[in-house]
Amino acid sequence: MATAPSTAAAAGLPWGPRALVRRARSGDEIARLITLVFALVVVLIAVLLVYQLWTNSAQARHRFGLSFFWNTTWDPVAGQFGALTFVYGTLVTSALGLLIAVPLGLGAAIFLAELAPRRLSDNLTFLIDLLAAVPSVIYGLLGVFILVPLMRTEIQPALKRILGFTPLFQGPAYGIGLLTAGLVLAVMIVPFIISVSREVLLAVPGDQREAALALGATRWEATWRAVVPYARTGIMGSIFLALARALGETMAVTMVIGNNPTISPSLFSPGYSIAAVLANEFSEATGNLYLSALVELGLVLFLLTFVLNGMARLLILLTTGRGTAERT
Amino acid sequence: MSLRMLWRKSVNIIMLSLTGLCALVAVSVLFFILGYLVYHGGRDVNWDFFTKLPKPVGEAGGGMANAIVGSGKLLLIAALFGVPVGLLGGVYLAEFGGRAVPFVVRYTADLMNGVPSIVIGIFAYALVVMPVHHFSTLAGGFALGVMMIPIVLRSTEEFLHAVPRSLREGAMALGASKWRTISSVVLPAASRGILSAALLALARVAGETAPLLFTAFGNRFWSPGWSQPTASLPVMIFTYAVGPYDDWHRQAWAAGLVLLGLVLVTNIVVRAVLSRGASPQRS
Repeated sequence: MATAPSTAAAAGLPWGPRALVRRARSGDEIARLITLVFALVVVLIAVLLVYQLWTNSAQARHRFGLSFFWNTTWDPVAGQFGALTFVYGTLVTSALGLLIAVPLGLGAAIFLAELAPRRLSDNLTFLIDLLAAVPSVIYGLLGVFILVPLMRTEIQPALKRILGFTPLFQGPAYGIGLLTAGLVLAVMIVPFIISVSREVLLAVPGDQREAALALGATRWEATWRAVVPYARTGIMGSIFLALARALGETMAVTMVIGNNPTISPSLFSPGYSIAAVLANEFSEATGNLYLSALVELGLVLFLLTFVLNGMARLLILLTTGRGTAERT
Repeated sequence: MSLRMLWRKSVNIIMLSLTGLCALVAVSVLFFILGYLVYHGGRDVNWDFFTKLPKPVGEAGGGMANAIVGSGKLLLIAALFGVPVGLLGGVYLAEFGGRAVPFVVRYTADLMNGVPSIVIGIFAYALVVMPVHHFSTLAGGFALGVMMIPIVLRSTEEFLHAVPRSLREGAMALGASKWRTISSVVLPAASRGILSAALLALARVAGETAPLLFTAFGNRFWSPGWSQPTASLPVMIFTYAVGPYDDWHRQAWAAGLVLLGLVLVTNIVVRAVLSRGASPQRS
């Protein structure tokens, strides 16, 4: 309680001897103010975050302008910084991750929400939640020592034999590269797609399902034609959420993507992502321009995930009716 | 049965089994991860691992004692910063909030929750590291704390809302002020849930690597006090896994096993406690 005056003053609230007496008389008002200050800390941190990203990237923004985004040169020695290769790597790996994770996650969510008995569904969901808690550096560890050798000796040669005529699957099989990073990302985002989609599917009214079944639809037809379309917006939301995760995922990608800033049509080729270049170069960045360019990359990443998350939450809100920011 | 019916029935069976297969694949990943970690790292989780410092580069043996202590210190700072802010903010949202402010706070918290951890690292770097020109335990703990706040905030709010209205009314009827009601009736009633949420948040940030890379940095020795760079388990796993030495790789597996063990055990225990009757009925 002793800290009340200073915190209230810090919050810029009306402050005077008379107001002090009035407020002090009811402890409720003081408690309200203290908790309000702590709630506002969250907003303050978000504002500070944006402010720091903006001001610290000022030098790079002024120097390169929009050409930052289509310049492919990243040369700290010459002071030339372009983000295109990193944006490319981030987008390609995330797209690959989604391509694999969406069918897999949606299928599993349908099974958990529509088919599995409640007990089994709850137990499996518990395991999926545990999977979502596995730290990303662990995925990276398994990626480096298990997936990369497997890709090099088995999967990539096989893909080359079957699909080698397309430009996507050509070139030497290093094991590391865009495809491997996409695969690791897929495994990492599947739990998010499953748990959100399952929630959304469970929120579909039973009438929807029963009406379809009563018309003679098979179980699958009822699910696919009546339940899933009803939950469509929410499922899109879960995909956006997963995409935002994939874009910002750092450690696992850094460990398997190859860290080579090139743009090549082949998915076998090593690449680089925004998060990976930040992880590798930020602590050793020398010179203000270099640091400022890296912070600008961080700003780009922030804005991308910010927009995606905002859209995802809106979509989930629209379907379940109990989105995140609105309490019912 | 017509051909069309047969077709529909087989599509039904095939698609339904495919969804089951998807679920099986997704869940089996967890067992693959656990299996590989135990297989590769099990042998190297020994006494030395917990008690010795890393050996000089290229020398075999040594342990990660400094990284384990470092992670502990980072988590302590994170909890000291993240839990009070999240808790009291959550109390405001659940108990005092009007309409506009809580909406803004919730929305911000949810968006902060989605900010990539590496960006949080940049933020902590700009705010804590840059002014003093060196990496520190404090900066790393701050970054992790920032990541904890939204989680603690939102779950505190959830659990407070789940406390039955009758409890509040009972306290109010006895003449307790609103604050008295909250602090001695509502918060204790929700305490198990809130504590669990705080532990889950800790478990989540315990495995975070990206925000520590340029805040807590790393250290091959003990890190006295709070203003020196410090080693931490996740960063050690990263450094050792991408390093060129076999001995490092073995230790990375061992550290991975210890880290995952801690995270999973925390998760399992907390979730078990939560599901065993701690989830209060809604009024």
